[in-house]
Amino acid sequence: MMLIFEISKKGRKSDYLPACDVPLSALPQASKLRKDPPKLPELSEIELTRHYTRLAKQAFGVNSGFYPLGSCTMKYNPRVNEVTASNPNFMGIHPLQPLESAKGCREVLDLAESLLCEVTGMNAMSFQPAAGAHGEYTGLLLIKKYHELRGDHLRTKIIIPDSAHGTNPASAAMVGYSVVNIPSDANGCVDMDALKKACTDEIAGLMLTNPNTLGLFDPNILEITQLVHACGGLNYYDGANLNAIMGKSRPGDMGFDVVHLNLHKTFSTPHGGGGPGSGPVGCKNILKSYLPDSIMIEGRKPESIGQVRSFYGNFGIVVRALTYILSLGSDGLKAASETAVLNANYLMHQVKEYFPVAYDHVCMHEFVLTLEKTKHDKNISALDVAKGLIDYGMHPPTMYFPLIVHEALMLEPTETESRESLDQAAMAFKAIKEKIDMDPDALHAAPLSTPIGRPDEVNAARNPILRYTSK
Amino acid sequence: MGGYLPSTQNERNDMLKSIGYKDINDLYKDVPSQVLLKTDLSIPKGLSEMDVRSKLDGIAAKNIAFPVVMRGAGAYDHYIPAIVGSVTSKEEFSTTYTPYQAELSQGVLQSIFEFQTMICELTGMDVSNASMYDGSSSAAEAAMMCLDRRRQQVLVSQAAHPETIETIRTYCWGRNVPFNTIPVKNGLTDVEALKSMINNKTACVFIQQPNFLGQIEQADLLNKVTHEAGAKAIMGVYPTSLGMLKTPAEYDADIVTGEGQPLGLALNYGGPYLGFMACKKELTRSLPGRIVGETKDNKGNRAFVLTLQAREQHIRREKASSNVCSNQALCAMMAAVYMAAMGPEGIEQAAALSFHKAHYFAQELTKIEGFSLIYDGEYFNEFITSCPIDAKQLERALMEKGILSGLVLDNTMLWCVTEKLSKETLDDVVKTIREVCLI
Repeated sequence: MMLIFEISKKGRKSDYLPACDVPLSALPQASKLRKDPPKLPELSEIELTRHYTRLAKQAFGVNSGFYPLGSCTMKYNPRVNEVTASNPNFMGIHPLQPLESAKGCREVLDLAESLLCEVTGMNAMSFQPAAGAHGEYTGLLLIKKYHELRGDHLRTKIIIPDSAHGTNPASAAMVGYSVVNIPSDANGCVDMDALKKACTDEIAGLMLTNPNTLGLFDPNILEITQLVHACGGLNYYDGANLNAIMGKSRPGDMGFDVVHLNLHKTFSTPHGGGGPGSGPVGCKNILKSYLPDSIMIEGRKPESIGQVRSFYGNFGIVVRALTYILSLGSDGLKAASETAVLNANYLMHQVKEYFPVAYDHVCMHEFVLTLEKTKHDKNISALDVAKGLIDYGMHPPTMYFPLIVHEALMLEPTETESRESLDQAAMAFKAIKEKIDMDPDALHAAPLSTPIGRPDEVNAARNPILRYTSK
Repeated sequence: MGGYLPSTQNERNDMLKSIGYKDINDLYKDVPSQVLLKTDLSIPKGLSEMDVRSKLDGIAAKNIAFPVVMRGAGAYDHYIPAIVGSVTSKEEFSTTYTPYQAELSQGVLQSIFEFQTMICELTGMDVSNASMYDGSSSAAEAAMMCLDRRRQQVLVSQAAHPETIETIRTYCWGRNVPFNTIPVKNGLTDVEALKSMINNKTACVFIQQPNFLGQIEQADLLNKVTHEAGAKAIMGVYPTSLGMLKTPAEYDADIVTGEGQPLGLALNYGGPYLGFMACKKELTRSLPGRIVGETKDNKGNRAFVLTLQAREQHIRREKASSNVCSNQALCAMMAAVYMAAMGPEGIEQAAALSFHKAHYFAQELTKIEGFSLIYDGEYFNEFITSCPIDAKQLERALMEKGILSGLVLDNTMLWCVTEKLSKETLDDVVKTIREVCLI
């Protein structure tokens, strides 16, 4: 497809701004002015809008079809959220307005804080972090501050299970912590012996997703958090998988001291092709005074970790999440989680007829297949199966994650899928299984229904072309 | 309420039975009974869509959206063409995930590739990433990018946005890296002070152009000092100003960051905004975050993919260049549609109108006794004046007339003017201020 720069014709434009109605002032001296105008595209509005309509036809969203991308919680994004968030009395508010003229915005943040604290069992929350990984980073800074203010400078290690999201160790490195990897046991949960050995006076804390990335709820969760507390560390809850347990169980009750949430997963705000998200951080009272603040709005609080970005974070996303929480209420949130877990088990039950589950056990909101044997016997990888599924009209599952499962495919159907759409997905897996048995090579050519075939990623990284340059 | 569940309760009961369970709690059997909630969460029951809209509208009504905004300081009220919202509200764009599956996501990947190119064009730099969270965190990530084993000190101009300074300070504290601010002299980052502070341990120097006080920095002098010491020059820029002002590339900056909100994003009480980041070619592989590259598919067609992923957390874990995962993709698309709609002429016009209107307003305002410019240097569309009465009192008086005044800084005011304010409006504001100050 043509790039927007290739459609561009010199001199084409639309009139968005009026002529200057004030007397002209002297421009800054020439040494402070740019030499050439930026080579931005020049097009009429109809060319512009058609260009993006063409691009939209080559994109696949939750509204396009089933999207069981594990760990990403691709549930339906209710339209009413967009309507409430686009109220001009939210969108037109300057972040540095006097507070008395922004009472509604304050109320949104306060109400969302109290509701999400109740869902998670926390005492306070900050909405400044802009995404999940940003929330992890913020949460770890709270832990760092806690130890620092206690004069406990030897705690430089964070315990992270090997099934964790890649952002966990990356966030730990950003706060100067080294990572102690804990293997998973035979059941896919935290290896308790390894954890006991790891719990020393050098441990700042533990980062854990529960249910974990295998979709398993760790039955030893209370012992785990107690062990970490006993050695003087704090417990961090990665909320990426909260969609399994709303109204059923709370991180605060499990012994976690700090959590981050992904409003763009659990609380139905749209992913937007990779953001904007929102990664609020909640904590218990012991960490409350360290939460990030906005120096220009609230002034510097003496014990705060400081600021992790500007102002209040992605406010517009919080409005959407608040709309969702108020729409569902206590009954709806619980039903959403129960149904997410039911749908995952229902789909797993069917799909495991065709491909083995890595840990064959009742699952929470997601489960992981392993195609190790198919790869070995038929030379069909998880990637091949994923690409094959595209031709059945669905988005593939998450591939090659968690790292502890070979040839992994991770499926998270979410609660907003009907029984029929789950049945159809199971049929797609069945059809792929049959293809593998009959004519495995055919799958190497998949997908066939998309505008492009498999891209050459090696060449993309070896000879990077990262921008258009006019010929 | 329903939780947007398509299945009925009966269907769910059947599904549960079909897989051999009786009760939904059978699926939660691994949850220890001590932590399995026995009662409902103490939050209200769900509302109908009609009720939830009326509740949210009621909350929004407690805000005042000012028809006249003369406040910038990091969030700018520029005109947003209608086409921006129209394009980015397409559900294929808004409801899609990060484009991991290239075959299904060419539209999203191409739009990011185009955004990267536009940011390169605007800033003059070689390479841009797919976006960062906001201007402040982008600046902080840029500073982290420059650290190496020998160079561990970060210097930041005291004339940068206070929240940007705070964010960089936090990131430095997190990484146990020394952080210092460079003092300001007559509204500009003090070049002599920088000379005395910089040394062979300095990793980078961050300056903002125009700075928080509205002044156009002597970026050529500052960056020269930085480079002579072997450190990297990072510039935070106001994108609209680049329709007029010299580009960071022309100032020989190594990394450019900025708040992209002025490029078609609403004020939205501080977010979602858009961080952007661009750099010289040789720093490409240290960039944080997503990057889209061009390649070919198995049939030789042009194709776009997420690339250079060996930098990223899902591959490198604790050795990644950053932990960034979700960024602000849809906001980047808003900025791309804005830049494409405006074109080179439109961006130039937005910059020129903001500049001339700001200077006109400054000229008229300083005709009132007691208002004078605090700094005499060149500025773009923000400037600080004295205030003959209590600045908070003036702020309140203007609020009553529907005007959000300049930001009160001690007893001075930081004013901002964009293309949205007509001469008539500006004259009215001056008249109102005159009346308020005479009483």
